Amino acid sequence: MKERARRKLIQALRAFLPEEAVIAGEEALRPFECDGLPAYRELPLVAVLPEDAGQVQQVVRFCHEHGIPVVARGAATGLSGGALPLADGVLLGLSRLDRILEIDPLARTARVQPGVRNLAVSEAAAPHGLYYAPDPSSQIACTIGGNVAENSGGVHCLKYGLTVNNVLELKVVTAEGELLTLGSAALDSPGYDLLALMNGSEGMLGIVVEALVRLLPRPERQQVVLAAFDEVEKAADAVGAIIAAGIVPAGLEMMDNLAIRAAEDFVRAGYPVEAAAILLCELDGTNEEVSEQVRRINDLLRGAGATEVRTARDEAERLRFWQGRKAAFPAVGRLAPDYYCMDGTVPRRALGEVLRGIAERSRFYELPVANVFHAGDGNLHPLILYDANKPGELARAEAFGAEILELSVKVGGTITGEHGVGREKIHQMCVQFGPAELEQFHALKAAFDPEGLLNPGKAIPQPRHCAEYRTLGDTRTPPGERAGNG
Amino acid sequence: MADRADELQQAVRRALAQGRPLALTGGGSKGFYGGEPVGEPLSVSGHTGVVNYEPRELVLTARAGTPLEEIESLLAGEGQMLAFEPPRFGAGATLGGTVACGLSGPRRPWSGAVRDFVLGVRMINGRGERLRFGGEVMKNVAGYDVSRLMCGALGTLGLLLEVSLKVLPRPEAEVTLVQERGEEEAIELMNRWSGEPLPLSAACHDGLHLHVRLSGSPTAVAAARRRLGGDPMEDGERFWESLREQRHPFFQGNKPLWRLSVPAATPPLALPGRQLVDWGGAQRWLVSDVPVEEIRHQAAAVGGSATSFRGGDRGHAFHPLPAPLKRLQRRIKRAFDPRGIFNPGRLYPES
Ligand SMILES: Cc1cc2nc3c(=O)[nH]c(=O)nc-3n(C[C@H](O)[C@H](O)[C@H](O)COP(=O)(O)OP(=O)(O)OC[C@H]3O[C@@H](n4cnc5c(N)ncnc54)[C@H](O)[C@@H]3O)c2cc1C
Repeated sequence: MKERARRKLIQALRAFLPEEAVIAGEEALRPFECDGLPAYRELPLVAVLPEDAGQVQQVVRFCHEHGIPVVARGAATGLSGGALPLADGVLLGLSRLDRILEIDPLARTARVQPGVRNLAVSEAAAPHGLYYAPDPSSQIACTIGGNVAENSGGVHCLKYGLTVNNVLELKVVTAEGELLTLGSAALDSPGYDLLALMNGSEGMLGIVVEALVRLLPRPERQQVVLAAFDEVEKAADAVGAIIAAGIVPAGLEMMDNLAIRAAEDFVRAGYPVEAAAILLCELDGTNEEVSEQVRRINDLLRGAGATEVRTARDEAERLRFWQGRKAAFPAVGRLAPDYYCMDGTVPRRALGEVLRGIAERSRFYELPVANVFHAGDGNLHPLILYDANKPGELARAEAFGAEILELSVKVGGTITGEHGVGREKIHQMCVQFGPAELEQFHALKAAFDPEGLLNPGKAIPQPRHCAEYRTLGDTRTPPGERAGNG
Repeated sequence: MADRADELQQAVRRALAQGRPLALTGGGSKGFYGGEPVGEPLSVSGHTGVVNYEPRELVLTARAGTPLEEIESLLAGEGQMLAFEPPRFGAGATLGGTVACGLSGPRRPWSGAVRDFVLGVRMINGRGERLRFGGEVMKNVAGYDVSRLMCGALGTLGLLLEVSLKVLPRPEAEVTLVQERGEEEAIELMNRWSGEPLPLSAACHDGLHLHVRLSGSPTAVAAARRRLGGDPMEDGERFWESLREQRHPFFQGNKPLWRLSVPAATPPLALPGRQLVDWGGAQRWLVSDVPVEEIRHQAAAVGGSATSFRGGDRGHAFHPLPAPLKRLQRRIKRAFDPRGIFNPGRLYPES
């Protein structure tokens, strides 16, 4: 039965898509079964790889007519199962829409298709002295469409903002197959700010088929200062001290000992491997300004108890320091068969407390954790190491992760700062939001997608599912501490 | 400091039960903006108080009725600021009204708009429920970004109770430079300079002079000053404030005032009347009694839009939307306010 339906679907799609753009068969679909969170896998009914916005629109219209769910996929580097296919759905790959349509140096904008890789935008803008500021560590692979869907950040978003702050206009295909333009080349547009709403909407409100992004002038000089600490909490306090001094660095990242060692083994960044934690603090601006700030930061870091403070000697060393940070996930990934990356964000003042809480739980669950994260924003990325082949370890890793997220909410933070809810954190949404908020999310979703065909089952849980989740086992968080309507 | 959330919720529920629309107001400073307020006035201005402010976190949370003035002086005391430089248009301006109107001042192109600084809201929707979205942390992608959606929605989606904002340190040094330039040349220069690593924080052309503000560390400001030339203005801060508050002589008179939002590099617009170029070229103020259609047509032709800001036809203050977008916006309105009780017609006649 299912097989017949699938054959009919393939035939219908091939009526308007090139033959090779419709992918079917278990073998051929295997590469599409998961995103960057391989704990969740599913084969879609079919995968399609359209070549232009018109074909995307045709696919979505067709699926709308036939009531078939659609899951968008960029480069599948997502870490929350957002691009996880649905067994009864079409996987819509945007990777072939990969052209940079225009760089306008005077207006400082780039018009790109959604499958363009993040780094490619900055590369194309470089000859004009411009760059695209949001720089996720996955930037060599991840796409602008995926960045918009997750509202991705990077090491520079402390000063230059997230994706939402750097996108001017989106062309979006709605669930019903209509093409909308949200935002414009101007700084604001009439009506509700749907441009802002699309950012971080996880492929549930529309399919991005084109983006106009803002480019910034490359600073005259960038410099990075590396500070080593003998206690993780001292490093966390130093973060607050820097911000309190009125300095907003271009980047402020932290790594703990396990992450430092892993990165050092992997890319030879020149990190102090004995340190309990390091901070990487990037300063940018004019030549003199940076020199002045480096001096101030040096004093601040030493005042905060740094055992060693180093300024990159040259551009090569600066890049090496950052390479270690950017390669930290795969580096930690070499320490164990599997790792599970969390993404809670907390107020900066709570960093020390939460890191302590994570360390305690790491001992309880007997699973090592490496911490490497956007300290300036309070956005944690604990990487829980486990082995999926050992019975019970995945479940333990997930329980551990859930506790970290709930702790983040408890101290006034959120379960996800930049990786999205996807399939993965859907339970913890029940901890962060009450039934009324969830109903409001669903009503908003229905305004865009009345039949619920775009990425259903992700990001927003059904309130009744939450009721079950709460009664089932969520005894850790007393109801009074829930950050919903409190 | 007064928490009136319960009373406000009751008022909304009563209006809901009786099917009576509400005209939400704060300090009343922006009552002129958008469509004519319709319905029974419900003032949020009694719901006041800074709920949380920790300079180290760069976050401030306040009740929606808190006067902007109170917030900004509190921040100034800690060497911080609202970087979107919201216009007040009157002593009573509140935080809620500021966010609902979505207006930003001269720093906007470089620092961002209101919506770029809103981290979270508490609100009452059109079902009379109290909801909380976002929070007090810098990054948060749990659920749809309803907080930003409230910015510029003119209270048509709900009553704002509380807003959390990201705040920033004040620049150490600031200088405004003035030079005589023609409009076309000024627009070109503003855009070229914006593409260079200069600490720009405002740029406007008032018809005769190009005004540029530099903000940052003293060394960076000094270096940029040498690069850009022009004469330093003694009361630069007053100039930008008069522009932001529309007390500058350009805004005087009885003719309708239009706000055109256009791509920054758009050459001078050939519209009869007086024009002032702000936001490095991206915002054009126009004082003119040219017919609406002509203004909207020209704004749209360059990829922008035109708002009738003061003294025009309040029934059509905002640029009309294309049909599919209009349909979607109506559905969004219904998703938040199914009975249409909040600020009917304030944004568009149908919402
Ligand atoms: C090693 C590593 C490091 C990372 N570092 C960071 C980091 O520093 N910061 C950060 O924010 N993230 C980071 N991530 C997470 C991930 O790279 C980002 O979420 C990224 O934006 C995903 O882009 P993608 O193209 O791979 O999207 P996918 O994974 O393919 O999809 C992500 C979501 O977007 C939707 N989507 C994709 N394309 C579209 C479209 N065109 N229209 C509508 N919806 C669409 C999908 O349905 C899915 O819900 C990292 C991941 C890895 C593996």
